[in-house]
Amino acid sequence: MSDMKSRQLDLQQSVEELLQEAKRQGASAAEAAVSSDAGLSVTVRLGETETIEHTRDNGLGVTVYFGHRKGSASTSDLSPQAIKETVEAACNFARYTSEDDCAGLADPSLMATELPDLDLYHPWNQSVEEAIELAIRCETAARESDDRIFNSEGATLNSHNGLQVYGNTHGFIGGYPSSRHSLSCAVLGKQGESMQRDYWYTLARKSEQLDGAESVGEMAAKRTLARLNGRRIKTQQAPVLFQADVAVGLLRSFVGAIRGSSLYRKASFLLDQLGKPVFPSFINIHEDPLLSGGLASCAYDSEGVATSRKDFIQDGVLSSYVLDSYAARKLGMQTTGNGGGVRNLRINSGDQDRQGLLKSMQRGLLVTELMGQGVNMVTGDYSRGATGFWIENGEVQFPVEEITIAGNMKEMFLGLQEVGSDIETRSSVQTGSWLIDNMMIAGE
Amino acid sequence: MSDLIQIAQQNILAPVGLGENDLDRMLGELTGQEVDAADLYFQSSRLESWVLEDGIIKEGAHNIEQGAGIRVISGEKTGFAYSDELQLPTLQEAARAARAITRSGSSQSVQIAGSPIANQLYAPLNPLPSLNEAEKVELLQALDREARKQDPRVKQVIVSLVAAQDIILVAAIDGTLSADVRPLVRLNVHVIAEHNGRREQGSSGGGARQSLDYFIQESRGLEYAREAVRQALVNLDAVDAPAGSMPVVLGPGWPGVLLHEAVGHGLEGDFNRKGTSAFSGRIGEQVASSCCTVVDDGTLPGRRGSLNIDDEGTPSQNTVLIENGILKGYMQDKHNARLMNTASTGNGRRESYAHLPMPRMTNTYMLAGEHNPEEIIASVERGLYAVNFGGGQVDITSGKFVFSASEAYLIENGKVTRPVKGATLIGNGPEAMSRISMVGDDLKLDKGVGVCGKEGQSVPVGVGQPTLKLDELTVGGTEQ
Repeated sequence: MSDMKSRQLDLQQSVEELLQEAKRQGASAAEAAVSSDAGLSVTVRLGETETIEHTRDNGLGVTVYFGHRKGSASTSDLSPQAIKETVEAACNFARYTSEDDCAGLADPSLMATELPDLDLYHPWNQSVEEAIELAIRCETAARESDDRIFNSEGATLNSHNGLQVYGNTHGFIGGYPSSRHSLSCAVLGKQGESMQRDYWYTLARKSEQLDGAESVGEMAAKRTLARLNGRRIKTQQAPVLFQADVAVGLLRSFVGAIRGSSLYRKASFLLDQLGKPVFPSFINIHEDPLLSGGLASCAYDSEGVATSRKDFIQDGVLSSYVLDSYAARKLGMQTTGNGGGVRNLRINSGDQDRQGLLKSMQRGLLVTELMGQGVNMVTGDYSRGATGFWIENGEVQFPVEEITIAGNMKEMFLGLQEVGSDIETRSSVQTGSWLIDNMMIAGE
Repeated sequence: MSDLIQIAQQNILAPVGLGENDLDRMLGELTGQEVDAADLYFQSSRLESWVLEDGIIKEGAHNIEQGAGIRVISGEKTGFAYSDELQLPTLQEAARAARAITRSGSSQSVQIAGSPIANQLYAPLNPLPSLNEAEKVELLQALDREARKQDPRVKQVIVSLVAAQDIILVAAIDGTLSADVRPLVRLNVHVIAEHNGRREQGSSGGGARQSLDYFIQESRGLEYAREAVRQALVNLDAVDAPAGSMPVVLGPGWPGVLLHEAVGHGLEGDFNRKGTSAFSGRIGEQVASSCCTVVDDGTLPGRRGSLNIDDEGTPSQNTVLIENGILKGYMQDKHNARLMNTASTGNGRRESYAHLPMPRMTNTYMLAGEHNPEEIIASVERGLYAVNFGGGQVDITSGKFVFSASEAYLIENGKVTRPVKGATLIGNGPEAMSRISMVGDDLKLDKGVGVCGKEGQSVPVGVGQPTLKLDELTVGGTEQ
């Protein structure tokens, strides 16, 4: 048996003991999640090692129910004594929280029974020296790609292996190991008075699936150089193309707006939209939690409920909310197996890449970076700082900076013209670039 | 205070059978010819949080976190390892991992000694039991009632209360032995109001390095509830915000997040050592208009961003960053200070034992000027008056920064007129600072809710400023 498998069984046993302890202390139900993560992170800068970090993180969280009253506690100390104290703390809280009819575990009949291996664990057995060498290759490629690259924030290689275990007093227990590796690089460019920084990264569960170290460095340099001598543009209305990596944020805002906790609090701009068009009719959005090797794959949600492939948008119409059992009870509905959020969400894409979308747009703003948190989930009002490029005749004219783009997300979603084929795969929420018909740009 | 060292030793070291001589020995093993600095950071934290929603106490949670981080520095290289187990063999293993950054090993003896700390900015108390459970529940419920009785349009009230105690002990091969016991409490009220099918939100809160009584004294908690409702109701009447460049007047207090973003981050020592900040190499130059004096002051009693010592054991200070528009200094931790041949300014902070320290802000604010606030507003023909903000962000290399207004008004012909919807403001740090043309006499610090993020690490901070006017800033509304 591998070390990881035996460690997983150890953690499962800790969870089972903890649940029994909760029962002994009078809880009518309980659930617990444990995670244990170990990794290496090295950063090089200007060709030299800057930091070597050995990380090791443990965490345990328990929620107990005394009827419809709930208490929670967590600890980073997994010793038996600390676990016992943590359960006591959770039980103590349950004496003071209120009766809440909706509180409790998910329905036992919904617990996942099939726990397939989703191919998430591919440790990377490299030495510290090998990790440093790879990071140096990455940064060197960026620094040597152009004379205008004059400084660097460095290149970082991260490699982490983790174990997650969840169990509850319905008798459900699940656990799995997973791995995640990434390589990133950020460099500075200078031309005249203009100084800019940009970065690029690659991320995957298997080290073989990472982009080449040199290509990550070259991309970081290319992005930095493209931003040099950016200028502001006049305040105006124009179409906006959100490059795939920033379009991910819009898709995440959509998910936030149909999440149960936003809906029952009436804190969403998409209240009462089930069965109604939220996007144009050519849009479909679905999740595939059982995707082999996916960045967010899991056969059960944060309550042990079986996950399944499902649509949230069908032909532009909102077909499902994102619900856990608590929000579902508050709304008089059934959980959608989305405790903990969505897993491997994807929007269907068109057949044009970014270049093709620029041609479709003809004239407007290509946004490659957004700044700030100007997203109001209650009203849908959207106003954020942006960096990008001005487009005329379907081609990049010059870099643009120090402007904002604003609109309302309800209108932006309905105004979606096209989704690109240039899918961002480094995120568990995946999309191509979004072309939106019209937004207000504030500049000079 | 050696008292603090005793408290830290009793809470963290004694339960696992570690003594001061074990620290000496571990530090000794970290020394060597190539080693410039090395430290051990022990931490034990307790945190408790409560949430009221729909008029009932919905969540109560308790978190325990403890561990030790071990850092070894050689030149510009840093080796770092940490452990949440405090047994000596585990710590020694982590020490070996951190030590591997240098090749040669030649242990020397290290003797640490506790030295008295001048700062006593907060009592070494534990805020968790400072109210009993029933009193905490009653506090949350009182705020819910207060918010709902303000106006029938209030539909949802969420109140959250957090109390934390952080005990830290740091020992370094330069002989440092220092400890701190840091209480921190925070209370927030979030309200959603609805009228004629339109919904808007408002939020308010505060906090300090205090016991939970802080929220009962001076009816602070009730005031947060009333303020959250007031903001939500103002927003129900808000019209679309303007788009474009215009004069902007910022209210006193929390809008100081402008300074945090526009200059604060750009003056952190690490970015300036590496030459990656728009402010690099500009000490002695004019980087703001002459009416601006900006300081970072970790020594304000009881403030959220204040520290008796930073996370490297250096006493916190009041550091002048910009004086009458001239750049005076950077914020430093020990590592960057050594490489830049200067001294730490007590700004070496870390989120926890599992994170490396770096230069971070404490309480960053602008000193008062001479104008009265009415005079400043009266000087604007058409512009924006912004009094409350959400978060901000900065690109320290290009100097571009944003911050998002959550309560703002139009200024028309020298008068504050209609409320406008939230909008993001964007500018360039040095440029925006040079466009500050009037500074008010009404310096205010924020109420104690700030959280600053840098390289994935969050730390509590404070901001503040008097009313001030920027002659031009880009406002990201939707109305042309």
